[in-house]
Order: sequence, then structure tokens, then C-alpha cells
Amino acid sequence: MRQTHRNIVVGAAMLSGILTFGGCKDPGTGGGTGSTGGAVSGGARPKSTASGNSVTGNEILVGEYASLTGGTATFGQGTHNGIQLAIDEANAAGGVNGKQIVLKTEDDASKPEQAQTVVTKLCTDDKVVAVLGEVASTRSMRGGSVCQKYGVPMITPSSTNPDVTTKTGDCVFRVCFTDDFQAAVAAHFAHDQGYKKVAVFKDIKNDYSVGFAKNFTDEFSKLGGSVTGEQTYQEGDTDFKAQLNTLKGQSPEAILVPGYYSEVGTIARQAKDVGLNVPLIGGDGWDSPQLIPGAGTALEGSFFTDHYFSVELDNPDTKKFIDAFKAKYNTNPDALSALGYDAAKLLVDALKRAKTLDGPGIKDAIASTKDLTGVTGKVTIDANGNARKSALVFQIKGPNFKVFKTYTPEQIGK
Amino acid sequence: MQALVQQLIYGIQLGSLYALIALGYTMVYGVLRLINFAHGDVYMVGAYVGFYACTKWLPFKDLTTNPSAGTANFAFAILALLLAMVLCAVLGTVIERFAYRPLRNGLQQADAHFWGIIAALPVALRFGPLLSPLGGGLFIVLAVTFGFALRPVMTWLRRRIVLSTSRLNALITAIGVSLLLENGGLLVFGADQKFIGNVVPETNWNLVGIQISSGQFTIFCISLVLMAGLRYIVLYTRRGKAMRAISHDIEAAKLMGIDTDRVISFTFALGAALAGAGGMMVATLTHVKVSPLFGLLPGLKAFVAAVLGGAGNIPGAVLGGLVMGIAEAFVAGSAYSTYKDAIAFCILILVLLVRPAGLLGKNVAEKV
Amino acid sequence: MARWALTRLAGISATLAILYFISVFVGPRMQEYVLNVVILCGIYVVLAVSLNLINGITGQFSIGHAGFFAVGAYTGAAWSVLWLPRIIDLPFLKLGTFVGDATNLLIALVLGALAAGIAGFVVGLPSLRLRGDYLAIVTLGFGEVIRVLLLNTEAVGGARGMSGIPALVGSFHMELFWVLLLVMLVILVSRNLMRSVRGLTFLAVREDEIAADAMGVNTTKVKVTAFVIGSMFAGAAGVLYAHFFTGISPDAFDMNSSIIITTMVVLGGTGSITGSVVAAILLTALPEFLRFLKDYRMVIFSMTLIIMMLTRPQGIFGHREFSLRGLFRRKERRREGSAPV
Repeated sequence: MRQTHRNIVVGAAMLSGILTFGGCKDPGTGGGTGSTGGAVSGGARPKSTASGNSVTGNEILVGEYASLTGGTATFGQGTHNGIQLAIDEANAAGGVNGKQIVLKTEDDASKPEQAQTVVTKLCTDDKVVAVLGEVASTRSMRGGSVCQKYGVPMITPSSTNPDVTTKTGDCVFRVCFTDDFQAAVAAHFAHDQGYKKVAVFKDIKNDYSVGFAKNFTDEFSKLGGSVTGEQTYQEGDTDFKAQLNTLKGQSPEAILVPGYYSEVGTIARQAKDVGLNVPLIGGDGWDSPQLIPGAGTALEGSFFTDHYFSVELDNPDTKKFIDAFKAKYNTNPDALSALGYDAAKLLVDALKRAKTLDGPGIKDAIASTKDLTGVTGKVTIDANGNARKSALVFQIKGPNFKVFKTYTPEQIGK
Repeated sequence: MQALVQQLIYGIQLGSLYALIALGYTMVYGVLRLINFAHGDVYMVGAYVGFYACTKWLPFKDLTTNPSAGTANFAFAILALLLAMVLCAVLGTVIERFAYRPLRNGLQQADAHFWGIIAALPVALRFGPLLSPLGGGLFIVLAVTFGFALRPVMTWLRRRIVLSTSRLNALITAIGVSLLLENGGLLVFGADQKFIGNVVPETNWNLVGIQISSGQFTIFCISLVLMAGLRYIVLYTRRGKAMRAISHDIEAAKLMGIDTDRVISFTFALGAALAGAGGMMVATLTHVKVSPLFGLLPGLKAFVAAVLGGAGNIPGAVLGGLVMGIAEAFVAGSAYSTYKDAIAFCILILVLLVRPAGLLGKNVAEKV
Repeated sequence: MARWALTRLAGISATLAILYFISVFVGPRMQEYVLNVVILCGIYVVLAVSLNLINGITGQFSIGHAGFFAVGAYTGAAWSVLWLPRIIDLPFLKLGTFVGDATNLLIALVLGALAAGIAGFVVGLPSLRLRGDYLAIVTLGFGEVIRVLLLNTEAVGGARGMSGIPALVGSFHMELFWVLLLVMLVILVSRNLMRSVRGLTFLAVREDEIAADAMGVNTTKVKVTAFVIGSMFAGAAGVLYAHFFTGISPDAFDMNSSIIITTMVVLGGTGSITGSVVAAILLTALPEFLRFLKDYRMVIFSMTLIIMMLTRPQGIFGHREFSLRGLFRRKERRREGSAPV
């Protein structure tokens, strides 16, 4: 028993030691909760006071972090291909004021803590002037807060969660639209099509899908529609019939499937299998040349909202991008590659316009981007670091995506 | 009522697939008491074999453009299925021979050549793809050189290594193999997701309001046939008897003159062939995406199914698979679909609390 | 005060002073990236050593340690982000002036450890009936259930996770202090346990449960205690993780993390504290050192794992421990010409 007593006494002593110790320290920190503190509430984003890294020598070092391995390797590698293409093109065209851009890519193995580690490495070890990265919002949040801490501007190609730019700070930007905008477009579209009852089938593991579904439900209810039922799946599932069968019982007029193309094709096929013959509605996650091979004819007549990116639009840049991508990688680009390409393009444009090639200079240049023509539409960065872009609604006809409708941010009221 | 029957049918379909994969887990567990974590990844390789067979190796015609090619494609599909089973069986044997057997028997001199090939691979790839003359030639030369260079190392290691009987070691090795197959798959097959188009004619049957798709039905039937075949092998062939003997008592089996290593290899091959068949069928008939992590989730669930039924017990694996499939279908179809992956484990935990050795497993009392 | 208490107090203050010195003077001089990796190593050391307590010292078979890690991380984060802001201004508590960074973190640590400890107790109970692989799969299942629950709880952000957790940084580099403190604590507890009389009962359960039972060891109590202590440390590590990375999401606590922690214990040598420490550092830092391999990185990593298991089945350290005294003794013996033990 004596042993126990000793341990308890010493343990208590230790605790009180730490407590006094902690108490002493408190006034010094003055409640400072680090650079990413939660003191954000509407309006202004936290400002970074760090000066970032500046260009030395004849090369501009740009960092990229991506999930090249792990659960979302597909998305990471797709984005990386788009970014690499844009950087190569910029260099071939003479670089930025005669300086070549060097892309330093690091893998985060689809893990949030590794994202934070590699972005720290890029910012402090490699001393990159800007960072491009991440598809998943959770990892962009981690990377973004590091960039904010060191004052290194970061552009995320495809993280759609609103928090990514508002909660981190003024160094973080994005070239895609946010969940709430796209979901609102989908809701308006469903309303305009005259649907009254829509069911939701979301990927619970995917932040993008969950946010999309929530915002859609809110907006659609506001417009007078009703969401009849909600079922979930998980990325990697292969059997969706049980859920779809339940949704069928609620006889919706359309089903919202805000997931990635990798599952949507199978979902569409199995929806037909269970006898659910209503159009599906999706978001930009559907946009991939792999959508139709996955779905066969099951998606005929379905709709999805997307970036302003289509062969049909007669946009020479888009056509050029698709050709160049095919020539380099021997496959068609998907939306993630296109967004990666645009993120890099936005950065290159900002580097050219920047007054000084350091953190604040590049940051201001990115923030003042207006009507930059990218392959996913004209990009204008707003006060929150988000891209204001129009959205398209496509309908699937045979092997093609046909432009069905266009929505501008003003139409949606965002 | 109709909806319930429908969910039950989906559950059985899903369960038959889990059962097919679970058999591989349970057989290996039976003979070696090893959780073969890499089994789900063998299933993944089966799916890739299906993909390459359907798009590159065999002259399949796309049904959307050639509707009359159905019969020819059907024959090819069976060929592709056999191919997947054979290749996966080979993979299973290789895994057993070079990753698990050295754990039991220590490293052999001949293992040097295998590791030589592995070591030569990245070096040769630096100089060109394996199918090019430079890369290929260099690969062969390097593989042979490395192999012979490693022979003395193996002999030296063999003398030094103290074999461990810990089951944790085997588990970690299995995890290593699983990681290797996943990341190797990422390198070899690429990260992009692959889909197999319409290769076999598909229809939907409607029986008094209950929907059955031909693809799922085919998977169910072939699984049944394969399981029946397995049952025959295990119960009525010499090899099967040897397998059962080993799972009963490996030392005694050795004393009775059974070549245990060969039988264990055979067990791995059997299990891997089943998983390969499952992967190939799912990829071709349900058109789900094929990616390097294809086997992760089904593998985990099948593993749970195997434990649920009683690890090492073959009918138990089938029962466990069916229970899992049906439970999952019912939860997925309910208002709590978000908890469908948790339910598998909840059932497992509850069952194990009541029957610590699984549904059909025998709880062998430990003797001192 | 008795003398032993005085000496111990002196020792503790000296240790704290040294840790404080390290974090204030060495921390800021380290490159941020290196510091990041060091912190991550420290957190994984705590996880591996605490799992070693369950798997190595007590001979149980748990492969769901990330579940406890997650419980701790989420509890700590919930305290700092959700609960504290709500109660801090309650007039009758007047916590505002009292709760600063360090005190807040300490409360978070205690809460996180308690919550994880309770979870450990709940999971430890089935270990009374289950053995080996069956126990392993139950713990694995527990980890997955936790992850699915977190995914479905909107209050903690669902798939998005929680963000805006106050950082450990403050104006000093205190993150190193806390992590090192926890590392020291978990090593001390494990070591003292192994050497104490009570610890022998743990080892007895590992070696032969039935024999231990027959000798009057309360095996139930031992097993549950091991689970509770192990998971409490994992929970505390989770709190530090949440407050260092300032954000958490369920995907950080998936099955893979559990498996990696188990791997650390086995690779280091099941039962060896030193082994767990070394393997945790190795497995956390190795992927970073292998970055130059690009695409081949994870392939080489998994190959290393297999080769290690085949060539050194008992793990890096086996059952042995590193100790200065042992090192000297070995050298002396060698000089005297007798064979090393």
C-alpha cells in the first residue's frame, strides 16, 4: 500500500507544480491562441502579419501539396497533373519576367497531419513563395492555417467548404466555388424544373458531399420544395441498392447525389436496377471523362451543376487545355485537373502582376484578380478569397454533357 | 412486406460476396491461425485482372455498339474469370511462399532470388519500362545478379534469426504485404479509377414487384458454385483432408507425413482464387470503380464476417457473410443508413460477448 | 515532510525545469518543419508506449488504439472549443481570469484522458472473455465504431471535423514542453509498472494467464487496469494532437492509424518500452526521410516493414530495454572476456 500512497502524493505534487507553473505563464500569453484562433465571426478574415518568403535568384519556387497516395490518390494525382501542365506552359512561354517557375510537390498521403507537416516544410524549409493545394477541405484547412502563419499565399484548386477561406485567413484563396453557392444553384435548378419532392443521397465520409446536401436542403426548402428522404453511403462502397430501394419507396421526382463520379456511375446503374427511374442531380464532382464509362446509359437525362467548363462553349482556352492535357497525359482531363490548372494559372497571373515577389505582394496580386479567363470560367476573387464564377447545368445526353442552363451568382442571390 | 423481401434479397446478394471473400480468410486462419490482412488486396488484384482482360487482353466487343456480341463476350467473360482465379492463386502462393513461410521456417537460400527480383525492379524501371529492350534486359541481368549476391546474405541471416512464434509478427507481416500490394498497385495500375463497360448482356427481372438484376444474380450463382466446389475439395479430396488435418493439429499432421508447406500453399491458392473470382465478378458485373483500394472495405467486412462465423470454420464464414450482408442491407435501407458500417462491428461485438469463438466456432478450453 | 517526498519533489522540479529549458531554448532554434516532425514523433511515442502497456506488458491484443486517441482528441477539442467558451463567463464561476492557456490545456488533458480511460474500461471488459485474435477484432471494431459515430455527430463537425482549437504555441514554444512531459510520464509509468510488484502481475498475465490466476493474481483487474491506463495516455496524446494541429477530423483516426501504432509496438519488440519509443520515432520519421523517393516512397516503406519482420522477428529490441547501466556492464564484461548476455 505504501507504494500507492507515494505515487498519489508525488502525482499530486506534480500536478500542482504544473498548475502553478501554468498560472505563472498565463499573463505572458495574454490569451493569445495562436495564429489560427477561432476569433472569426462574419466579415473580415484574420490578417497575416508574417512576410512570407521572397524570390531569390533566378527561379520562383512554388510549392504544392497533394494526396498522391492514400485514400484520395485519384483526386490528388488528377489535380497535380493539371497544375504541372499550367506551370510547364507558363515556363515554355518565358516564365514570369524571365524567371522560371519551379514546382515542388509533396505528398501528404491523404492525411491531415501530414498535410500540415509538408506545408510547414514547404514554407520554412523549401521557402516557397506560394502554395497550391489540396482537394479535401479538411487538409486544405490544415495547410491553409500553416500558410497563414507564415504569410505564404495559398490557392486551393477544389476545396469547396466555406470555412477553408474564412476560418484560416487572408492568405488563402480558392478558384472553385463554395458548397453553398453550388448547392444553391442545384436547388434553384431543381425548383425551376418544377420538382417538388427531391431525395438526397450523400457520401457521409465526404465533407463536400455533406455540405452540399445540407445547403441544398436549406435552399430547396426556402424555395418551397421538400426533401423527401435522406440516405447515405461511403466512398468505397460497392452496393447501394438497399438505400436506393428505400428512397424509391418515398417516390421522389429527382435524387440529389452530391458525390464524386467514382461512385455516381454505380449508383445510377443500381438505381435503374431497383427500378428507380428518375433523373439524378449532381455537382461538379461528377465532371469526369470516367463518368459515362462508369454509368453506361444509366445517367441518360440526368443533370449536374458544374464550372463554366465545356467543349461546347467554344472557349478556345478550354479546347487548348483539353488538347494539351491529352497530349501530355494521354487521358481526358476531369474537373479536378481543370481546377488544378486554373489554380496554377491564377498564381502565375498573380506572380506577373505582383509588385514585389514576396508574401504580401503576391497575396495582394491574387486578391485583386479580376475576370481572369480560366478553363473553368472567368475568375474574380472576392473579399473572402473565394472565386465568383458562374455555374453551368449540364444534361447528360448519350456520351456527351450538353449545356442546359447557366446561372450567375446574381441570379442565385449570392 | 415487399420492400422487406427486396432488402432481404439485396442482403443475401451482398452476403454471398462477403462469404466468398471470408472463405479465404477463414481457411488461412484455420491452417495457420494467421489473419491474412492482404487477402482483401488479392481481391483488388482480381478486379484489375478483370479490367485488363476486358479492355486489353481479350477481344471483348462493347455491347452498346455491338449488341450481337453477347454470346462471344459471355465465353470471354468466363475465360477472364478463370484467368483472374489462376493469377490470384499464383499471387496468393507467392505471398505465402515469400512473406509468411520465412516466418515459420526461417529464410531459405532460394528466397534470395525473389528479393533479387524485387530489388532489381526499381533500378531497372529507372532506365525504362520493363517491356522495353533496355529496361527488360537490365531487369533480367540485375535480378539474376542480385539474386546470387543475396544468397550468402540469406544463409547468414538464417543462422542468426531466432524464429518467433508470436502471432503479432505474422499479423504485422500481413499488414506489410497489404500495404505493399496497395501502394504497388498505385504504381503499377495508376491512381486513376477504372471502369469496365458493358461486356455481358444485362437485364432486370421483375418478379411480382421484386427487382432482380442479372448481374447480381450471376454473382450470386457463381459464388454458390464456387463455394460448393470448395466444399467438395475440403471434404472429399486428399488435399482437403490434409488441410483439415493441419487445422486440427499441425504438428501431428507433420508427423503423419503430410507435407504441410505444400498444403498451406494450396490453401492460400484456393482462398486467393475465390477472392480473385469475387473481385473480377464485381468489377465486370456491377461496374464499380476499380482502384488500388478496391479491396479495403470489402476485405475488412469479409474479415469481420469470418470472425463472426467463427474463424477457421468454413460453414461459419458463409453464415457470417450472410448475416453481415443482410444486417447491412437492412440498416442501409433504414433511416440510420449512416451507421451501416458501425452495425457490422456492433453485431460482431455482441455475438462475441455471447459466443466468444463466433457463431459456429468451437471454444477450445486452454490447457495448462 | 518525509525525505523521499522531498527528493522526489526536487527530482520532479528539476525535470520540469529541464523540459521547460528544452522547449524554450531548443524549440525555437529548430526548423519549424523539424519541430513539426518531432512533435508528431512525440505523440506517436506516447501512443506506442501506451499500447505497449496493453499488448506488450500485459499480453493482450489490441489493434484499435486510434479509437482512444480519437476519444481524447475530440474530448479535449470539445472542451476548448465548445464547452469552455460557454462556461468561462458564467458570473458565479468567474473562470475568465483563472483559465489561461496552460490551465485550459491541463483541464483538456485531464478530461481527454478520463474520457479515453472510460472508453478503455468499456473495451477492456470484453477482454475478460475474449482472447487473441477475437479481442483484436473487437478493439478494431471499437475504433471503427468511434470513427463512424464521429462522422455522424454534427456537433463535432461530422466529416469536416473541428477547427479553431486554440494552439499550444502561445508566445513560447510550449508545444515541445507538453509533448515531452507526456512522453516522460508514459515512459515512467510503464517502467515503474514493470519493475514494481504489481507490475509483475501484469507480466504474469502475459506469460500464462491460467497460471497467474492460479497463483492468486486478479487477472480481470490486471487486464482492465492495463486497458484503462493505456487508453488514458492515448487520450492525453489525442488532446495534444488536437491542440497542436488546431484541427481534427475523423479521417485522422482511421483503421490505418491503429494499425500503424500496433506496427510500432511489434517492430520495436513487443514488451520493450525502448523498442516502442525507437520504432515510433522510426516509423513517423521514416516516411519523411523517404520523401526523395517520390512515387516509390510508400512501396519502400512497406517493403522495409516486411523485411524487418522476416529478418528480426523479435523486433528491434526484443524484450530488452536500453539502460546506461546495462551498457556499461556489457562493456566491462566484454573487456573481461566473457560473452555478452
